[in-house]
Amino acid sequence: MKNRKRSVDFLWLGLLAFLALLPLIPGLLRSSFTQHVAIQILLYASMAQAWNILGGYCGQVSFGHSVFFGIGAYGAGMAVVKYGMIPWPGAFIGAVLAAAVAVVISYPCFKLKGHYFAIATFAIVEIFNRLFMVWYWVGGALGLDYSFTDQGWTHFVWYESKRGYYFGVLLLFLLVFGVVRWIERNRLGFYLRAVREGQETAESLGVNSAKVKLMAMALSAFLAALCGAFFAQYNYRVDPPMVMSLDMSMKFVLITILGGLGTFYGPLLGAALLIPLQEYSRAFLGGIGGGVDLIIFGLLIIIVVVYQPRGIMGIIDGIRVKAKRSKEGGE
Amino acid sequence: MGTFFQVALDGLFNGLLYAVVAAGLSLIWGVMDVINFAHGEFLMIAMYLSYWLGFIWKIDPLLSSLAGGLFVFLVGALTYKLIISHTIGKSAMSALLATFGLSMLLKNVCLNRFSPNFRLLQGTFLGGKTYNFGGLIVPVPQLAIGLVALLLLTLLYALVKRTRLGWAIQATAMDKEAAELMGINTEKIYLLVFGLGGACVGIAGGLLPSYLAVHPEVGGLFSLIAFVCVAMGGFGSIPGALLASLLIGLVEAFAGFYIAPVFKYVAVFGLYLVVVMVRPRGLFGW
Repeated sequence: MKNRKRSVDFLWLGLLAFLALLPLIPGLLRSSFTQHVAIQILLYASMAQAWNILGGYCGQVSFGHSVFFGIGAYGAGMAVVKYGMIPWPGAFIGAVLAAAVAVVISYPCFKLKGHYFAIATFAIVEIFNRLFMVWYWVGGALGLDYSFTDQGWTHFVWYESKRGYYFGVLLLFLLVFGVVRWIERNRLGFYLRAVREGQETAESLGVNSAKVKLMAMALSAFLAALCGAFFAQYNYRVDPPMVMSLDMSMKFVLITILGGLGTFYGPLLGAALLIPLQEYSRAFLGGIGGGVDLIIFGLLIIIVVVYQPRGIMGIIDGIRVKAKRSKEGGE
Repeated sequence: MGTFFQVALDGLFNGLLYAVVAAGLSLIWGVMDVINFAHGEFLMIAMYLSYWLGFIWKIDPLLSSLAGGLFVFLVGALTYKLIISHTIGKSAMSALLATFGLSMLLKNVCLNRFSPNFRLLQGTFLGGKTYNFGGLIVPVPQLAIGLVALLLLTLLYALVKRTRLGWAIQATAMDKEAAELMGINTEKIYLLVFGLGGACVGIAGGLLPSYLAVHPEVGGLFSLIAFVCVAMGGFGSIPGALLASLLIGLVEAFAGFYIAPVFKYVAVFGLYLVVVMVRPRGLFGW
């Protein structure tokens, strides 16, 4: 057991080292498009991992995460555009607010079961989307457009190259994945999985399931909001359809499902498969008309859900089991 | 006072349209415990079919709606065969996610083939006509869809409650294994239910292009509103779905007219949240 734990750590540290050194390998991330793809992969992996805390580990499938993502994005955007400040405090306030909103919304919603919960989260996304469309204090439907600021870490803006954003999103990735890594080995992680596997059983063993679910929700929303703040900085603007839409919510869910629900590496694998597919098909197949990337995405989702519900991690586990079996057979 | 009734009338017409979309969804939900996320896209397919039949061969939507019903019946049955049947018995969310993938696929195939332009069929038999009913303006296409919706809902309700097939459907909904032991081919029932759900939206969608423009995104909002109607009406209850749809149509119309157009959907979705908080299984659910 101890031995296995250490080898997994090597994988994790090795991955981090690889990601940190990636921009230093000459020629690999040379074009700005490749850099863009790498940044998108890490951003969506972080978003999916944030969702995974609640949806994967705790088993509460929320379709409302774009609301929290959006609140984070607006936090950074308001700080920069409305108050002319640096984005950091805005991002932090946004994340705290998102966690608070998440707790207030989920407290009654967690009472709903199955599809009723899912539809309630859809409804919440639609309500927030419409309200932000007409809330003129935060820019209404036009959204918030950034103006020119100094580049660098304090303003979290870079103009000449995307390298700064890459390291920024790597920090975000490290934070989100680090938190999940910590949760997995901590008491909370066991509580989360216990609630997922059987709420009544967990309660009978003394787990306060309502509190556990709310904690997972708050943490998940907080991290999703930080991803939103990065998204605003990276895109240089925020508007409601960009950040608070059902399509954005679905991305949190689908990437995790694609990679493997409730697994540590699933969100990264899902993003690493989906984002390049989306970006490259958009760039190279755009000639045959719009929407090709989403056609492929849709097909992929159907195939994965129908034939491999455990996602890429399911495939990997299958191979691993097979390899182990043939090895044991050979001996 | 005239405006009040006018707004109410418009709301009721919209409500009837939602009801026919919701009825199919409600049947599917009730029998199979599946949310079909692509239900709005089924409506969109029927609308495109009717639009192109009318545009190329000058066939009136009144006729195309039958073609729409038949075509979407087949689409629904095919969806069941290829996708839904594989998700039965797996996690509750898998059918929802798979049909979300399907809705993305259908939406973007239409976007790719037909462009995102809004298309409205001109010169249809019903299009543009209105009755003046003592100051109350009754648009004929909406009236026609409302009447068709009521007819379809009655037929569907009668089918489920009064025929042997309907009893088999109910038996399957109550207990799949027991129904199988009684000699009911539940696989066939599921296929038929999905097809029937499709046929309802197909017929309604076929009529729509005479007053509602077709575009690839047209189905999305219908899906969401239909979910809300079904959930508010209560698990698999067709009368519940009808009542919830009318209520939603009215709330939408009044909030849109008396508060502000953008608050239409805030009110609709807010109402859903309030209702399920008070009655977690919907108005008519058990």
